Amino acid sequence: MTDLLDLFSLPFMQRALLAALFTGMAVPAVGTYLVQRRMALMGDGLGHVAVTGVAIGLVTGLAPTWTAVVAAVLGAVAIEVIRERGHANGDLALALLFYGGLAGGIFVAGVGGESTAKLQQYLFGSILSISPGDVAFTMGLSVVLAALCVGLGPQLFAVAQDHEFAKVVGLDVRFYNLLVAVLAAVSVTAAMRTVGLLLVSALMVVPVATAQQLTRSFRTTLLLSMGLGLVASVGGLVVAALASYGADVAPGASIVLLSLVLFVVTWPVGALLRRRQRLRLPFADEPADDVHLPVPEHTHQHGEGCGHRAVAHGDHVDYLHDGHRHAPHDSHYDEH
Amino acid sequence: MLRRPSSPADGVPVALRNASVVIDGRPVVRGADLTVEAGEFVALMGANGSGKSTLVRAMTGLRPLAGGSATLFDTPLPRFHDWHRIGFVPQRAGASSGVPASVWEVVGSGRLSRRRLFRPLSAHDRRIIHDAMEVVGLEGMAQAGISTLSGGQQQRALIARALAGEPDLFLLDEPTAGVDLPNQEALARALATLSERGATIVLVAHELGPMAPLIDRAVVMRHGRVVYDGAPLADHEVHSSHLGEAHTHHHHGDPRIDHVPVVASPLDPPEEDAR
Repeated sequence: MTDLLDLFSLPFMQRALLAALFTGMAVPAVGTYLVQRRMALMGDGLGHVAVTGVAIGLVTGLAPTWTAVVAAVLGAVAIEVIRERGHANGDLALALLFYGGLAGGIFVAGVGGESTAKLQQYLFGSILSISPGDVAFTMGLSVVLAALCVGLGPQLFAVAQDHEFAKVVGLDVRFYNLLVAVLAAVSVTAAMRTVGLLLVSALMVVPVATAQQLTRSFRTTLLLSMGLGLVASVGGLVVAALASYGADVAPGASIVLLSLVLFVVTWPVGALLRRRQRLRLPFADEPADDVHLPVPEHTHQHGEGCGHRAVAHGDHVDYLHDGHRHAPHDSHYDEH
Repeated sequence: MLRRPSSPADGVPVALRNASVVIDGRPVVRGADLTVEAGEFVALMGANGSGKSTLVRAMTGLRPLAGGSATLFDTPLPRFHDWHRIGFVPQRAGASSGVPASVWEVVGSGRLSRRRLFRPLSAHDRRIIHDAMEVVGLEGMAQAGISTLSGGQQQRALIARALAGEPDLFLLDEPTAGVDLPNQEALARALATLSERGATIVLVAHELGPMAPLIDRAVVMRHGRVVYDGAPLADHEVHSSHLGEAHTHHHHGDPRIDHVPVVASPLDPPEEDAR
């Protein structure tokens, strides 16, 4: 334990901790809106596009962080335009961007004479070598991302839930769609140093998948996924730090693996909750007909806590046992 | 609380003059004239593909006009910004979402026409949303996931969502399609309440069912034209071939919507979108 505290007293470890804390909180917030739009893989596509941006930055001597932001934003706008025009087949457009982005990055780096080792820092993250300037950049972006995602939540939710209704309510649907695309691009580059471009999408999507095992509303999903993302990134960093005594563990990998572990732990709980919810679902309240089926002999007295499941059915409850639906009627039970 | 009776000074809710809509190069609505007065309950009827849904979507600005003009409350549509006065109920329960959403959140999104950015819901907003759910009989289901509701209940939630904006004019696009009778009756009760409160209602429907007694006026469309505008009609009269046409010709086979080209190229929109 004291080893761990010693480790976190090192400046580079503190910087890494701050970066993990802020990106872990902000990135899943953007991810929630991508998952809502069924574009869970968009973060991955943008990550690939950002590789080209990083390579251009390395070759030209510009700051790779900024060239990556520009490339990812351009990619995001391209994806959004394609999506707007051709909805269902957007996945094909995504695939084109994936491979174009990654191949472009490797090609540009090669042409410029950059070693792929330098590129690798960005592909797999390098949170331990993050500079004070990068930490400030990451924290600033993360705060803006989280504030926009939570503050504009109702608008962004409505636009993705039903874009035609949102338009008639007076929202500028195209603006909000582009905003989500740009937020996704920015969060990819913000998390580039933490988990790396190839794994950034996991931090966007996995906490959301975990959160929705337990939630029924959009807002709780959003907030819970932010919390889970934070736990996973800080926890993953600690795991990597502990392991560093024995082995060289990349924090990006341990962060993503930890968020997957959280999902695997939560999934059975979610399955149980969904099953219970389905069993409690009221029976359809069809209009009363003349069919009246009294149950002949029934020694068992149904009631609260009688051991049989009670399910709402219109203005009364049916008790379920052995494939029957028994509803109390005067002094006997009817089969409903 | 939800009562916002519109007075004549507010203007005519809907006025279409010689309105035409073209989808993918095919005329779908041709030269339609339609005026809806404040407080009226108008049923817009016709067969599938007759252009009735397109006409109501043109009123909301979702379909641009290729010709003619449209005004909402005496303001030309391109300059209309009082969207809180319009309550739109689209045909389908919005595309399935990848993240759960509660009934409360869906109904609450109808309040956005009256909310400012970055402000939380006020107590007043909450009360209006609650009232809207009560009108459609969904009180007590606020925290349920929208996807766990039956089709009829989802349609009622969409009406509550429109209601949450406290609009003067309701535009409903086939709310009864694929909804069972008890739910249609619940819908009719909700619309009766709205109508009594002085709302103007335009209802697109293939068949009226339990809504029939509420209607003040029927408008029938056929092949993109308004062929009848007058007293309410019974469901079977709408589809009688001589209605509003001097001469009749018979088309055989399914009346398919002919403005939709079949596309299969990766970047083209899928067919259902070309409504």
